[in-house]
Amino acid sequence: MSEWAADPSYETFVLNMGPQHPATHGALRVKLRMDGEYIVEAEPVLGYIHRMHEKMGENRTYLQFMPNTGRLDYLSALSYNHGYVSAVERAAGITVPERAEYLRVITVELNRISSHLLWVGAFVLDLGGFTPLLYAMDDREQILDLLERVTGSRLTYCYFRFGGLYNDVDDDFEAGARAIVKRMRDKLPMYHNLISKNIILRQRLEGVGPITGEMCRKYGATGPVARGSGIPYDVRRHEPYSVYPELDFDIPVYEQGDSMARYLVRMDEIEQSLRIIEQGLDKMPDGPVMAEKVPKIIKPPKGDYYFAVEAARGSFGVRLVSDGTNTPYRLKLRSPCFSNVSLFGEAARGMLLADAVAMFGSLDLVIPDIDR
Amino acid sequence: MAELPEIFRVMAYVGGIMAFVGLNAAFLVWMERKVAGHIQRRIGPKEVGPFGILQSLADGIKLMSKQLVVPAKADPILYRVAPALTMITAVMVFVVIPFGPALVARDINIGLLLIFAIASVNVLALLIGGWGSNNKYSVISATRAVSQNVAYEVPMLITVVTMVMIVGSMNLNEIVGQQGNLLQWYIFPWNGSILLPVAFVIFFICSLAETNRAPFDLGEAESELVAGFHTEYGGMGFGLFFLGEYGHVFVGCALASILFLGGWQCPFGWMPGVHWMMIKTYLLIFVVMWIRWTYPRTTLYGLLNLSWKVMVPFSLAVLLVTAAMLKVF
Amino acid sequence: MKTNAVEKALGALGSAQVAVSDHATRGFHLNVTVNPEEVVRAAEVLDAEGFFIEAVTGVDWLGEQEALAKEAAKKAAAAQKAAEAAAAETAEQGGGEEGAASPPEPADEAEAAGQGQEPAEDSFEVVYDFNHFQQLCRVTVRTRVPRSNPELPTISTVYPGADWHEREAHDFFGLIFTGHPDLSPLLLPEDADFHPLRKDYKP
Repeated sequence: MSEWAADPSYETFVLNMGPQHPATHGALRVKLRMDGEYIVEAEPVLGYIHRMHEKMGENRTYLQFMPNTGRLDYLSALSYNHGYVSAVERAAGITVPERAEYLRVITVELNRISSHLLWVGAFVLDLGGFTPLLYAMDDREQILDLLERVTGSRLTYCYFRFGGLYNDVDDDFEAGARAIVKRMRDKLPMYHNLISKNIILRQRLEGVGPITGEMCRKYGATGPVARGSGIPYDVRRHEPYSVYPELDFDIPVYEQGDSMARYLVRMDEIEQSLRIIEQGLDKMPDGPVMAEKVPKIIKPPKGDYYFAVEAARGSFGVRLVSDGTNTPYRLKLRSPCFSNVSLFGEAARGMLLADAVAMFGSLDLVIPDIDR
Repeated sequence: MAELPEIFRVMAYVGGIMAFVGLNAAFLVWMERKVAGHIQRRIGPKEVGPFGILQSLADGIKLMSKQLVVPAKADPILYRVAPALTMITAVMVFVVIPFGPALVARDINIGLLLIFAIASVNVLALLIGGWGSNNKYSVISATRAVSQNVAYEVPMLITVVTMVMIVGSMNLNEIVGQQGNLLQWYIFPWNGSILLPVAFVIFFICSLAETNRAPFDLGEAESELVAGFHTEYGGMGFGLFFLGEYGHVFVGCALASILFLGGWQCPFGWMPGVHWMMIKTYLLIFVVMWIRWTYPRTTLYGLLNLSWKVMVPFSLAVLLVTAAMLKVF
Repeated sequence: MKTNAVEKALGALGSAQVAVSDHATRGFHLNVTVNPEEVVRAAEVLDAEGFFIEAVTGVDWLGEQEALAKEAAKKAAAAQKAAEAAAAETAEQGGGEEGAASPPEPADEAEAAGQGQEPAEDSFEVVYDFNHFQQLCRVTVRTRVPRSNPELPTISTVYPGADWHEREAHDFFGLIFTGHPDLSPLLLPEDADFHPLRKDYKP
């Protein structure tokens, strides 16, 4: 707190934003100390939907924990599946057939697009524009339909297995995925016309909620938040995993660090994901989708292992400590939103309430991922 | 109707206006939902009645059947007065609006003044509603609504003064009477001042802001302030705010069409009457809805800057240019 | 490149044991073990090198010492068996009274080492994950604190982002980060007095 705020004649009041508030998109509470419409201090209060996934991990076998991973960040559940599966595969030394890895990447990228689409809609909703949400929902629906056919679920996927996939895709998958790529390519200019070029929206986003690269480093912010602050950090390129090294795609980076930059990073990422999907479909070989020699009961050797993937919101890491039995000894889930929201308190100081809501939206928070 | 005793005339108009305000709000709610639906690639209400037209009636019955709860620690008097006040102002301004050549409750010669005098009381309703419900969001919202309304009343009244200078009367019927056909509408620059289209745009934007409609709906910015000044209201308390808001929207658009678009006059000179007034007003209301479902919300400071730095200078320019032109020609 | 520079910089710390690990199989490049007191120094070194913080967490090694002791006992028993066999052999060869009297002694020793003596105290492992935005270098810093007195200094003075991670570790393990601005429960309810990730926690 600054000196002028400590002055007893200086009057502030506390405003509780949440746990039930339209702008927090879930049960997150932000305790705001306000000076009129200016924020003096902001303190996020977490834990309203804490479920202790890490303890559950210690009480289940490796396979039994799989469905939990889809319930952390329920909007990009496949990325989380991917992170967990790869961590266990790394620990147990299982290699995955190439076709399975390609299918993993394609479905993860489809999931990333659907996640970003929902975010765009919800973000503009935070800014008072209702219509883009329904357009985004409409496009997202096509992706969910396709993923539903492949994985059997629409939101909390549990599609990957140690050593491959639960099942191969059907014959219509490729045509469906290509149709989605085409549809999204046609639709993106519409989004830019409606949202990116909207003068009111630009005024509300440009220069609002600046986050510096140094702040990202000190707080461990990753994903589009870091990339909007000029840090070209993307686990897919930085620490290549799966078949990403064989695919050609760019990492969109914007230097401004404001809410507009974070918005543009995500819009560009949709385009890059479309490229990845297209290339993946082209390069995908035939063959099995499950490794042949996968033990029925996974017992990784003693030791600890780390695996990070680029989820839609940043770097999701799994630290797995194995004691050689069929359950993890300790399973640490490093969620990107947790780190991203931790810088909100510092970034929101001195902002207007309306701008803080815009910035809060631009961080793209999924509350179950923060609270775990 | 002059042959009827005065008391019947008053009763007929009071009943008529009350019925119109209610039905108009019901229709506008339905229209808003239909417009929003079609703008958003969906179809809106369709179950209740043909094309869902009875949806608002069902909503109204539901709102009326709800218990009126006064929150603990809220100011019970202010809390109850606010929705009534917003409704009363909305009904009262209808008194001087000429729907047709003879269809006006009170054809008085300061009609324009009366509308603005009463409509500005609406701000008070928002303020006491926000203050009385003992909610921080409501208080923030009320202060926002007041500063916004004060800011936009200034340019709006300056444009109205411009119009009064051109017409030479504050009687709404007389203002309409002077705009015979399409070419004589006051929106066109050859009818008194070359800046009349600018005056229309200023008036329209200001009436959006005055009625708290998007993109200036800062008072009830739902993603920031939950629901603004009516956060704590439920049932018919909320319903009255709603009715009042749609009443004010109608009045704003009706005034725009009276001042600039020739009110009940026909653009081509055939059959002037109430239908033309309705068509013009509802078209403007459609534009208001169209704007609402297209644009995101501005911030309070952007809004105030727009008023004091853009709207006020422009409206003053309109006033000065018009005065000069009236003097010269 | 980065790995070498960091290895050198961290190696300068008094208690640090720096080991290079295989990224392909383990997922990190440097495995650093330091004393609890030197955690802040290590964080400062990594901060100066431009690392960002990924996570801070703990691991409860309850029963580890017992297991180690058992293993040691097993080893000792095996050694004793071998020794016995050897002694028997020598006895057969030598055939004197001394040889017949000597065998019980090592058995007693093994018993003393295995059961009679309390095993050393179990500890919490605190794991800090660091990563670098520009170069591929993941550093895992580990330290051990005793279970009865799980105190170590906070690194939130160096990395403000560690604040919440440390609060979370305090929630889950009861680790006490001295100098931390606010250790009230973050994810658990505000009146929580339990630490669910401790291995002896029973709900």
